Amino acid sequence: MNRNLLQVDGLALSIGNTRITKHLDLCIEEGSCWGILGPNGAGKTTLLHTLAGLYPADSGHIRYAGRKLDAYSPKELAGVRGVLFQTEPSGFPGTLFETVLAGRHPHLGILGWETPEDLQQAARMIRLTGLEGLESRNTQTLSGGERQRMEIATLLTQQPRLALLDEPSNHLDPGQQIVMLQLLQKHFASTGHALLMVLHDCSLAIRFCDHLLLLKGDGQYLAGSAQKLATPENLSWLYQHPVSLQQADGNTCLHFQ
Amino acid sequence: MPRHPLRKSLSLLFLLILFAIGSLGVSLMTGSVSIPAAQLWQLLWHDDGSVQYRIIHELRLPRTLSAFGVGGVLALAGVLMQALLRNPLADPYILGVSGGAAVAVLGAMLLGLPLAWHAPMAFAGALASILLLFALAQQGNWNTSRLLLTGVVLAAGWSALISFVLSLSPPMQLPGMLFWLMGDLGDALTPSLPLAVLLIGLVISLWLSPALNLALLGSQRAAALGVEIRRLHIYIYVLASLLTAAAVSIAGAIGFIGLIAPHMLRLLAGSDHRILVPGAVLIGAGLLVLADTAARTLIAPMQLPVGVLTALFGVPVFLLLLHKSYGERT
Repeated sequence: MNRNLLQVDGLALSIGNTRITKHLDLCIEEGSCWGILGPNGAGKTTLLHTLAGLYPADSGHIRYAGRKLDAYSPKELAGVRGVLFQTEPSGFPGTLFETVLAGRHPHLGILGWETPEDLQQAARMIRLTGLEGLESRNTQTLSGGERQRMEIATLLTQQPRLALLDEPSNHLDPGQQIVMLQLLQKHFASTGHALLMVLHDCSLAIRFCDHLLLLKGDGQYLAGSAQKLATPENLSWLYQHPVSLQQADGNTCLHFQ
Repeated sequence: MPRHPLRKSLSLLFLLILFAIGSLGVSLMTGSVSIPAAQLWQLLWHDDGSVQYRIIHELRLPRTLSAFGVGGVLALAGVLMQALLRNPLADPYILGVSGGAAVAVLGAMLLGLPLAWHAPMAFAGALASILLLFALAQQGNWNTSRLLLTGVVLAAGWSALISFVLSLSPPMQLPGMLFWLMGDLGDALTPSLPLAVLLIGLVISLWLSPALNLALLGSQRAAALGVEIRRLHIYIYVLASLLTAAAVSIAGAIGFIGLIAPHMLRLLAGSDHRILVPGAVLIGAGLLVLADTAARTLIAPMQLPVGVLTALFGVPVFLLLLHKSYGERT
């Protein structure tokens, strides 16, 4: 039996005078991997932040595990959903290990002191993201790709049930993009948790996501299984640019004319 | 098995405690009558009826402990404002918070309000200055340089107001006002107030430390990891204003301690507030005690305002910091 991790009913959302969605319905089940695609400025990041409870919606309901968003305390919510933001370098010196360890914050006790298990969890995620040996590096000296992997390690250390990711493949080389998305899929979708990620690369979205949300940017959207939605017609409509799909080695490739 | 990252910092904290105690000792021994360490220890606990006993207990000890408290309070205010603005160059003096408090206190002096009004007026001035800073800088997406520039301009505005108040003041009051403005501990002989403020501020800041650590990563990140960021910001506004107000009403506008002390600690042990808060307090307290010792002995029997010394020391350090932080970004 599938349970809904995130349920959105009639969500209306706007920034300034721009309508992002008029009436969005969405249902993310345990074990699923969703991709959000859309043209520049369609409001993908704002929608992601709204779903995370960090930006107010105009109307509609957002429920996590059947419970309304505003019934959660910030700390409880951080145990249920995690967010990967687009990275910006910090102005303060701090080590990579400390930054990844910050992911344990929602799980800490009243004193806010990390237990040996918290330390082990952080060390394990640093290993899985290939950052071993950089634990004591100052985060200000990391490269863009290393910083992005550090953010992924922090999210994995947080262990939320639903991971909301804003362009997780940013700053990563093509090989690392595949490795990191596989890691995220293994940790969230395959363990009965779920993923929702904004992606720019349609090929990656088609390869890794079983569901898609196509956000047009004028209030229109399409949501559903990736197999049904990833058609040349839909993608041409979405980006207002002719697109064709090609199969190569079992993977779908897009060709923008 | 990974070790807790703060473990190695505990020995540093121990060294800083020794530094702070050492600075107290140096201050108590130094002055027009120098008192050797062995005698000092005797004099601290036993009244032998000597002049030295009275010098220690009526002059040096209250002033030294006041400097200790004010220095710690300034360092703590610096740490909090740096977390609030997410900028290691923030400091109540540079951002005009001390200036706002000073204008309010000078206004109270000019209007002839009783002494008891000075501290609440300083608090109101400091809080107004912080709120004004954020209101002016928060339109749109505020960034490091915009906040700093806004703060610097606010500070310039306050100092113009200070000059205005001084020009209206009766000549009799002027020297006292000027000395107080430059930062002076000569009249600070009731150490219990700054020490109590320091203790309360320290406990609250330590309690806020895990949230402060996340706030450094950015408001959204902190909120996503479960910090009630709006509430945290209000706590910091009020606490930083209270601390600045306490320091200003006791000792005038002393600059740069709030900047240098946290920075030195970050160089030594990183940005984790569980170490940064107590460590910066110890450094700030020790530094101001030493600066005040120098201020009252360098050109004895005359005294320098201690704020002049901290500024002479602080300006080059600030410039070095600015240079370094811009070097790293490019």
